[in-house]
Amino acid sequence: MASLGTSALLDGLREQVARIEGQGEGHNRPVVPFGIPALDGGLPRGGMARGALHEVAGAGAHVEHASAATLLVAGILARAGGPVLWASERFDLFAPGLAGAGLQGSRVVHVEAGRSVLLAMEEGLRHPGLAGVVGEYSGRLGLTASRRLQLAAESSGAMAFLVRRGPRLNDLLLSEPTAAVTRWKVACLPSPPPLAHSPGTPGLGRALWQLDLMRCRGGVPGSWTVEACDAQGRLALPAVLADRPAAATPGRVHRRAAPGRAAA
Amino acid sequence: MSTGAPHQGERPLEAPLVTRRQEGNRQVIAAANRAALALGLRPGMALSHAQAMLPGLEVAEADPEGDAAALGELAAWCLRWSPLTAAAPPDGLWIDASGCAHLHGGENSLLAAIVTCLERAGIAARASIADTPGAAWAIARHSTRPTAIIGPGEQRDALALLPVAALRIDAGTVAGLRRLGIDLVGQLLSMPRGPLARRFGGEVLRRLDQATGHEDEPLAPVLPPDAAQHAAVFLEPLLTATALGIAVERLAAPVCALLEAGGLGARQLDLIFERVDDAVQIVRAGTSRPSRDANHLSRLLKERLEGVEPGFGVSAMRLVVTLAEPILPIQLRSSLAQDEGQEVDLAPLVDRLASRFGEERVFRIIPRESDVPERAIQLGAPGAAAGATPWPPDLRRPVRLLNPPQPVEALSALPDHPPALFTWRRVRHRVRRADGPERIAGEWWRRTGEVAAVRDYWAVEDEDGNRFWLFRRGDGVDPATGDLSWFLHGIF
Repeated sequence: MASLGTSALLDGLREQVARIEGQGEGHNRPVVPFGIPALDGGLPRGGMARGALHEVAGAGAHVEHASAATLLVAGILARAGGPVLWASERFDLFAPGLAGAGLQGSRVVHVEAGRSVLLAMEEGLRHPGLAGVVGEYSGRLGLTASRRLQLAAESSGAMAFLVRRGPRLNDLLLSEPTAAVTRWKVACLPSPPPLAHSPGTPGLGRALWQLDLMRCRGGVPGSWTVEACDAQGRLALPAVLADRPAAATPGRVHRRAAPGRAAA
Repeated sequence: MSTGAPHQGERPLEAPLVTRRQEGNRQVIAAANRAALALGLRPGMALSHAQAMLPGLEVAEADPEGDAAALGELAAWCLRWSPLTAAAPPDGLWIDASGCAHLHGGENSLLAAIVTCLERAGIAARASIADTPGAAWAIARHSTRPTAIIGPGEQRDALALLPVAALRIDAGTVAGLRRLGIDLVGQLLSMPRGPLARRFGGEVLRRLDQATGHEDEPLAPVLPPDAAQHAAVFLEPLLTATALGIAVERLAAPVCALLEAGGLGARQLDLIFERVDDAVQIVRAGTSRPSRDANHLSRLLKERLEGVEPGFGVSAMRLVVTLAEPILPIQLRSSLAQDEGQEVDLAPLVDRLASRFGEERVFRIIPRESDVPERAIQLGAPGAAAGATPWPPDLRRPVRLLNPPQPVEALSALPDHPPALFTWRRVRHRVRRADGPERIAGEWWRRTGEVAAVRDYWAVEDEDGNRFWLFRRGDGVDPATGDLSWFLHGIF
């Protein structure tokens, strides 16, 4: 079979499916790319889709604050352009920190929604013209609620981010099935010395993250080690990895095995 | 509640002034100012008698229609205190204070505010609050104090000691009661009703019942004279939220048409429900920007319908724009060129969120020029301008700020070494890398207690890569700058 023909056919079909699903209507570019080929390659159409729900969770002991996840979201939205609605249960963000990832305070409207974060998110997603809607949520999401948010995101073309703030480490709530298009996990890694040639110099360089794409509709899950967002919200691949094990070589994609099944 | 406004305000060296009206074939005094009253002139006195008593008395023509119009205007002005006010001619005003008093800090301060405001406008007023309009009318005119509050259910006792004239009955009936030796309302209350009705007709009993609350007394409310409004009366009382929602939509469309004709947009809307049992409920909605979009306004109002108690049904509804502002025309952009910084109209979204979660919970963060982290931000209205200069981009700031900063136990070498380890929430974090100190001095020009205060901030990374923002009170040398305790202030 001619592989060229097949891929052209597949591309055509994907276009058609995307048109049926209504993604990308009214926007010049239906995705916000990371600008890192290794990451963008695993995502359908080479970037974070607009008009879709993305789930981002932290990892490790500080999953409750999900600060790395928050910065990742802020960095993506910084590059998406346009106004953002940020819904939180209790407002504990520090706007200069968001601005440090490129998301200026003048672009963000905050709403403190208590237990009704999902409702505030849906209101925002139904409103035309927002670049993105972020919800910080610690409760159960479920298929119905996430499907509803996904449909709302498709209707307006805004990016929807759900920052999961589970109260406990390895909370089961964070692994429940949802209708989100992607699910990310961001964990902090020990960062290399700020000056690679003189490891003794004190100071802090850019933070290092372990970025796991755990689920991706139409894409390839993977795992990357990246440098945290800079002032324009861009991630980067680390140049040197001082004391990391070889298994986490940057850009290397791990395919996860499908869960085993046994029949008696 | 009722206010009586019988006299003109105090003016220094006020000259006696009366107004006259024709009664039959003689001229009598219609009203007298305070100076004239003090000299013994009374309304109803023959004008020639008064002029004999006081040669050179200033006399003006009475203008009952003008007075009524002015009273109506005053009633409309009183809409600032309650959405339902009514004129009580010739010299009173009703203000339905049900559910409004707490907005002005309680009934006492509401009364005080009303009397003070009217005084400033040159009107001497007496005011009182009671369960029924009749009782409030009586107390306002006959109480010894300029303001009085009659508690719930206490109007019977309060009325008992007032003269019968306090019941709003005509002078002939008052004179007839006097002849029978009935001077006080209390005497009327203790009399059998049958003979009273036979002798004086139903009027006395009706006024008595209205004052004590046995009979309902509807007010004829005034509305802002030029307010856009629309009312609907229903054949069948409405009971369900769906029906009320449809009614809201039907009311919103004509109101928006009126607004459009006047070039205005609504900033505040009152939706008044009249129930079958004559109770009145009011729902108020506000917008962050003037709007005359019927869909948007009816959506805002429909979100407030949850709080409406329809009881046995809503028989009539009225939608009134209580605050309107002009809408300026804006230039529409060409959709051909979608430039990056295009304006997106967030006002409808902000309104919906504010009506659901409360206005103070929808906000924007505005930079403020301060080095103290918690003062560098300020909550602003979502529509507010970006304002001051943004935060310096090269400062390392956490994304979550703990408020208040949480005390941690830390080990560090003085004066300028980062903590080697710290314990927060019983978890020990060994610090692997650190950046600092960033010294932030107290702002003595804001608070005198901060004259010497110093915080030394460190951004630290623990062995797992988690980053924290810690500070130490004091510079480590001078004890006046702080007690050297450590705090966790933010998480990166």
